[in-house]
Amino acid sequence: MNVIKSAMLALSVLAMAACQNGGPFGNRGGADGADGAAGANGAIEESSLEYFNERIGDTIQFQVDQSTVTDAGQTVLDAQIAWLRQYPDRMILIEGHADEQGTREYNLALGARRAASVRNYMVSQGILESRISVVSYGKERPLAVCSTEECWSRNRRAVTVVSGGMGA
Amino acid sequence: MKIRLTSLFALVIALLAAPLFAQERPVIELDINGGMIEPMNIALASFIPETDGAGDYAANIASVIASDLTGTGLFREIPSTAHIARVDSIDASIEFGDWRAINAQLLVIGAVATGSNGELTVKFRLYDAVTQREIGSDVQLAGSQGQWRRMAHKLADTIYTRLTGQGGYFDSRVVFVAESGPKDARLKRLAVMDYDGANLQYLTDDAALVLAPRFAPNGREILYTSYENGLPQVFLLDVDTGQREVLLADAQNMSFAPRFAPDGLSVVMSSSDGGNTDIYRVDLASRATTRLTNDGSIDTAPSFSPDGSQIVFESDRGGSQQLYVMPANGGEAVRISFGEGRYATPVWSPRGDLIAFTKIMGGRFHIGVMRPDGSGERLLTESFLDEAPTWAPNGRVLMFFRETSGENGAPQIYSVDLSGRTLRMVPTAGSFASDPAWSGLLR
Repeated sequence: MNVIKSAMLALSVLAMAACQNGGPFGNRGGADGADGAAGANGAIEESSLEYFNERIGDTIQFQVDQSTVTDAGQTVLDAQIAWLRQYPDRMILIEGHADEQGTREYNLALGARRAASVRNYMVSQGILESRISVVSYGKERPLAVCSTEECWSRNRRAVTVVSGGMGA
Repeated sequence: MKIRLTSLFALVIALLAAPLFAQERPVIELDINGGMIEPMNIALASFIPETDGAGDYAANIASVIASDLTGTGLFREIPSTAHIARVDSIDASIEFGDWRAINAQLLVIGAVATGSNGELTVKFRLYDAVTQREIGSDVQLAGSQGQWRRMAHKLADTIYTRLTGQGGYFDSRVVFVAESGPKDARLKRLAVMDYDGANLQYLTDDAALVLAPRFAPNGREILYTSYENGLPQVFLLDVDTGQREVLLADAQNMSFAPRFAPDGLSVVMSSSDGGNTDIYRVDLASRATTRLTNDGSIDTAPSFSPDGSQIVFESDRGGSQQLYVMPANGGEAVRISFGEGRYATPVWSPRGDLIAFTKIMGGRFHIGVMRPDGSGERLLTESFLDEAPTWAPNGRVLMFFRETSGENGAPQIYSVDLSGRTLRMVPTAGSFASDPAWSGLLR
């Protein structure tokens, strides 16, 4: 299961990078990217997990040893928030992660800070706290496995995992 | 799963002579300050099988003793192929000239006997081949044949103690995390083994991530962190029955980094509340929780002083990870680390004289030690990632894990003594291994 999820996350980061090149998108801004991709790949249902993970982007990144949401991260979170407002039955789990350049316990705490930072922002934007749970993986689940800044920057992340209400 | 860790009730030690320590100065001054020391030449005469079934035990016990002693870096074994003299009886007079001729400074002789009901009896004597005197008196151990390895470790501990004046550490176990699989989908399970990697047993399966196990002072319980319920929580595992439970069943928060108090009656750990990680103390009988730190910083990795009066922990309250000491019931914390870089995972020595830590400096990781007031810092190792020291029962050797870099990077357990020179990889049956925690001496 974890293997599958990792592969999914890797895809989503690529998708996110592609979307971000299109500039910031607001509540419906994601539709531009979605339309473009839909032309090649077929339509993705906007309520779907796939849409959330790939078109909006489920992952934001952090600076070294920091848990403050960056401007780029906030752009992604704003799109996530818009989607969550549109589908209020969805629950989310926010995973906080750290790169390998720290000790295990500290990285668990740092991941907890990152996850809480995302949660706090979402709650400040009106998402019900009861919809959000958080978990830290510290350095236990790297997305990228090289030992250079290129990989580390991708591993310093918070991932919004959507669940619930997917029966539709 | 039923696991029997150390239920070796039958192991009877008959110390025929009371004083374990020689009265005079130790033969070897254990160096804890990094100076050079020349290993002493030790010869183990072939142990004498006194019964028909004792031959293999005699050879194996001598081999384990030799491995224990040479593993310290303090001794060099003279191979049996070089031996001139034969020892035919534990009570025979020693031909010291034959041992001096091959430059032996120390000589161990031994005899092994098996009984009809699975008993095993081992006797040994230790000699200073230079002064031609026996060091201590003869020792006899009696146990069952299945315990031959422990008996060998106990004899090696006795030899080590007589020669160094320090407590031994060979008859001990290590609980750790056995790892497998690729770096981005690692599988982890708890495992326990003898300190030298023998008798490895798995304690959990790899269905959930597990982290950082710690022995109870009695060796019968293990605290660890598991994602079994989806978030990291501290669990308590009964080693004898295999039963495990969440330490705080009602807690909604992530909890991790647990350690027992020296009396085994309470636990310190950290818990993350709203993204803020603080240190808590949990009474094991009542499960009542006391908050020991309360600020917006990351406070984690607590470890008790051996007298139970103080706790050392890491905190970034000053802006970066540093080590602090506070009273065991909370209160004002005093920063003790002031060097360059970040300091993490402090562990108080069982002797109380030193605190071991992980240090991150210039992108490299080190295992180091300092005195509890922060003075006398010394770094013992350096690599891409050295982390999580744990003390041998005698407070003179550390284990930690070393992880290599890159996509095939993986951890292994290493040991290093306080001189920093005797660095060895500890075998773990071929699996990756991290987060070692050393038991006390077995009873």
